[in-house]
Amino acid sequence: MAPSIDQLFVNLLHWVVGFLPEMVRPWASLVISLGAILGVFALLFGLTTVCERKAIARMQNRLGPNRVGPFGFLQFVADGIKSLTKEDVVPRTADRVVHFLAPLALLVPVVLTYLVLPIGRNMVVLDLDCGLLFFFAAGASTELAVFMAGWASRNKYSLLGAMRAIAQMVSYELPFILSTIGVVMVAGTLSTVRIVEAQAVVEGDWLARWNVFTPWGLVAFVLFVIASFAEANRSPFDLPEGESEIVAGYFIEYSGFKFALFFMAEYLGMFSSSAMAVTLFLGGWTAPVAGLGWVPSWMWFFAKLLTLMALFIWVRGTTPRLRMDQLMDFAWKFMLPMALILLPVVVIWHRLGGGWMGWLVCAPPLALAWVLLGKALVGRRQIRPRTYRYAEG
Amino acid sequence: MSPMFYFLAGLTLLGAVASMSLRNPVHCALSLVVTFAGLAGIYLGMGAQFLGLAQVVVYIGAVAILLVFVLLLTRAAGGEAEAEAAPSWKMAVLVGILVAGVMGAAVMTAGRGVPRETGPDPVPVAQIGRVLMAEYALPLQVIGVVLTVAMIGAAVLAMPEKRGATGKGAGLPGKDGLAGQDRALQRGSSERRQKPSDLPESAGRPVA
Amino acid sequence: MLGIGILKGLGETGRNFIGSYFDPKRMVTVQYPEKRLPLKENSRQFPFLVFDGDEASIGLRCVACQICEKECPPQCIYIEKSKDKKPDHVGKPQYYPAVFDIDTSVCMSCQICVEVCPFDAIKMDNQYELSTTDRFGGLLLNRDRLAKPNGYFQKLHPTDAAEIDLRREEERVKAVAKAKADAEAKAAAAKPKAATATGGSTVPQAPTASA
Repeated sequence: MAPSIDQLFVNLLHWVVGFLPEMVRPWASLVISLGAILGVFALLFGLTTVCERKAIARMQNRLGPNRVGPFGFLQFVADGIKSLTKEDVVPRTADRVVHFLAPLALLVPVVLTYLVLPIGRNMVVLDLDCGLLFFFAAGASTELAVFMAGWASRNKYSLLGAMRAIAQMVSYELPFILSTIGVVMVAGTLSTVRIVEAQAVVEGDWLARWNVFTPWGLVAFVLFVIASFAEANRSPFDLPEGESEIVAGYFIEYSGFKFALFFMAEYLGMFSSSAMAVTLFLGGWTAPVAGLGWVPSWMWFFAKLLTLMALFIWVRGTTPRLRMDQLMDFAWKFMLPMALILLPVVVIWHRLGGGWMGWLVCAPPLALAWVLLGKALVGRRQIRPRTYRYAEG
Repeated sequence: MSPMFYFLAGLTLLGAVASMSLRNPVHCALSLVVTFAGLAGIYLGMGAQFLGLAQVVVYIGAVAILLVFVLLLTRAAGGEAEAEAAPSWKMAVLVGILVAGVMGAAVMTAGRGVPRETGPDPVPVAQIGRVLMAEYALPLQVIGVVLTVAMIGAAVLAMPEKRGATGKGAGLPGKDGLAGQDRALQRGSSERRQKPSDLPESAGRPVA
Repeated sequence: MLGIGILKGLGETGRNFIGSYFDPKRMVTVQYPEKRLPLKENSRQFPFLVFDGDEASIGLRCVACQICEKECPPQCIYIEKSKDKKPDHVGKPQYYPAVFDIDTSVCMSCQICVEVCPFDAIKMDNQYELSTTDRFGGLLLNRDRLAKPNGYFQKLHPTDAAEIDLRREEERVKAVAKAKADAEAKAAAAKPKAATATGGSTVPQAPTASA
C-alpha cells in the first residue's frame, strides 16, 4: 500500500498523459506537472500568509486574523479577491511597458525554479544534469526584474528600494552559491535528484546521510538559510522595503493584481529557496532514520519545507531590520570567508570518509572560524544597554 | 534547425538591434538582456546545458546588473540620449565591419567537414568539470589570477577617493576586495557611515 | 559568539508564541466586538452636553456663553443663543443654546472646550463607535443628540463628577441660603416698612430709595 501512495501522483500523471497522442506526451507531462506544482504551491502560499500573520501576531501577544473562514484561514481568499478587484494604477510618468513587464519578469524565473525541485520519489518535472545551476540561473534573473520595477515606476523611493534589493541580492548570491558547492563536491553531481538520492539511508545504517548531519553541512546549511533570507528580501534583510524610509521599496507604484504578483513571487521565491535548502541539506524527500521509509516521500518533503517556512516566519517575528552597512559587512566579512573556509573542510571530510575522526578534524576549525570571524565582525563594540545623549533625565 | 532555433535567433537579433537603436539607455540595456537570454536559449537548444545556464548566471545575473548599475550611478538614466555620433564613429564602423568579416569567415569555414544535423548530444557536466580541472587546470588558474588582479586594480583605483571622503580609520581600501559593482555600493554606504568616535555609544550595534 | 543574540531572541518570541495560547493574561488585544477592554476613566473621544434632572430642554447646563465656540481650535462648534431665558441650577435666569452643533468629523478631541467651560456644561464622552453611512449628517451632532444626563457623566467620570456635583450643590445651597437670607432681609425690610406704613417710622427709607 505504501508504495502506491508514494507514487500516487506519478501514476496519476502517467494515467492522464496516456490518453494523449504520442507526439505531445512529453510536453503535456511537463505542463501538467508544472501546473500541479504551481497549484499546490499557490495554495500553500495563501495558507502560509495567513499562518505567518497569525504566528507573528501570537509572538506579539495579539490575536491575528481569525474572521474569514474557520480560524481565519480563508483570509487569503478575501485578500486575493480584493487585490483582483482593485484599480490598477500606473503613474503617468512611468515607463508603461517595463512597468507592466516587471512583475512577469519576476514571477516567471521564480516559477521556473520549481522545475528542478524533487518533491518526492520520481516527482521532479525536469531531471536536468545541471539542475542546481538551473536553479541559480533562474534565481539570478529575478534581480533584473526588481531593477525593472524600481526604475520603471519613476519614483525615487522605488528606485532606492531596487538599488538596495539588487545590492543585497548580488552580495548574498556569493555565499548562497558557495555554500552549496560542498554538497556538489560530495555528491559529485549538479543534478538535484542525484543529490537527494546520495543523502538517503544506506542499507545497514540507522541514520540517513543528510548533509546537515556533518559539521560542514551544518555550517553550510546555516549560511544557505541566512543567504536565502536575504535573497527573498525577508526580515532581517528586508531593508529594500523599509517602510519607515522608503515606504515599500521597488513595488511602491504597483497596485491591485500586479502588487499581488510581486507578493506572490516573493513568497514563491522563499518557498523555492527553502525547498532547495531541504534538497541540498535536509535530504529532500528521504526519511531521517531507517524504518520510516513507509511514509510517502512527498510527505517528508513538505514536512521539511513547512518546518523551514516556520523558521522563516519565526525569524521574521524576532529580528529587527539591519542597516545597509551592517548588511554588507555581514555578507562580505562573515558569510563569504565562512563559505570559502568550508571548501577545504569539505575536502578533508570527504577524504577522511566522515565518522568520528572526521568530526574531530573538521568541527574545531569551523567553530574557530565562526567565533573568530564573528569577533572580527562585531569588533570591540559590545552589546550593552543603549544610552541616549539628549533624551535622558 | 527547428522552428525554436529560428524563433530564438530572431529574438537575439531583435534584442541586438534594439539595444543599438533605442534611445533610452536603460531600454538598451534591457534589450541587451533579451539578446543574452536568446543566446542562452540557443545554447540550451543545442544541448549545451552548462554553457546555456552559465550564460544566464553570468550575463543576465551579473553583467546586465553591472550595466544597469553603471547607468544609474553615472548618469540620469531617465533621460533620452541625444542622437549624436561619437567623434570616432568612422573608426568604429571600420572595426565593426572587420570583426563581422572575421567572425563570418570563421563561421563559414568551421562548418565544413562536420555533419550538419549532429543533433543535441548533451555533454555531462561531470565531464566538463573533469576537463576543466585536469586538462585545463593551468589556464583556469591563470584566468583566476587575471580576474583577481583586475579586482585589486579596481580597489586601488578607488583608494584615494575613499581616503578623502571618510578620513583615516574609516575602512581601509581594498581590504574587502569587492567586484566593481559592489565596491560602488560599499562606497555609498561608507560615506554615510561616520567615524566611530562620532557615533553615540553603541549606536552601531553588531548583528549578533 | 555570533548568533547567540539571535537565538535568545528566538527563544523570547517562541515563549510568547506558546504562552499566548495558554495564558490569556498575556494578550494585549481582545476579540473586539464581542469583548471590550474597559476604558480608562480619563479616556475621551468627543464632547457632549450635560443636563441635570430628567428633561434635557430644562436641565441643560449650557448657558450659550459661546466661550467654547471661540476657543475650539478646529472650530467644530456652532452655537445660537436663545432669545428668552430660563433659570439655572441656582435659580438665576440664563440664556440657553437654541442651536448647539458639534461636527465630530472636524473635532480633534483636544478637550479645550471642556477646560474653558465655566459652567461644567460640556464634557468629554468616551463613545467611540460612531461610524455612520451618512458622512455629513451622521457625524454632525445637534443639541438633542449631544445632551446626556448628569447620571451618565457620573458613571463616565466618577471622580470628576463627584467634585463638580459637590461644588454645584454648595453653590445651590449657598444660593438658596442667600435667597432665603435675601427673602428674610426683604421680609425684615418689608416688615419695618409695613410697620412704618402702619407706624409711621422714617428709619428704613433706604431700600425704597435704592429700588
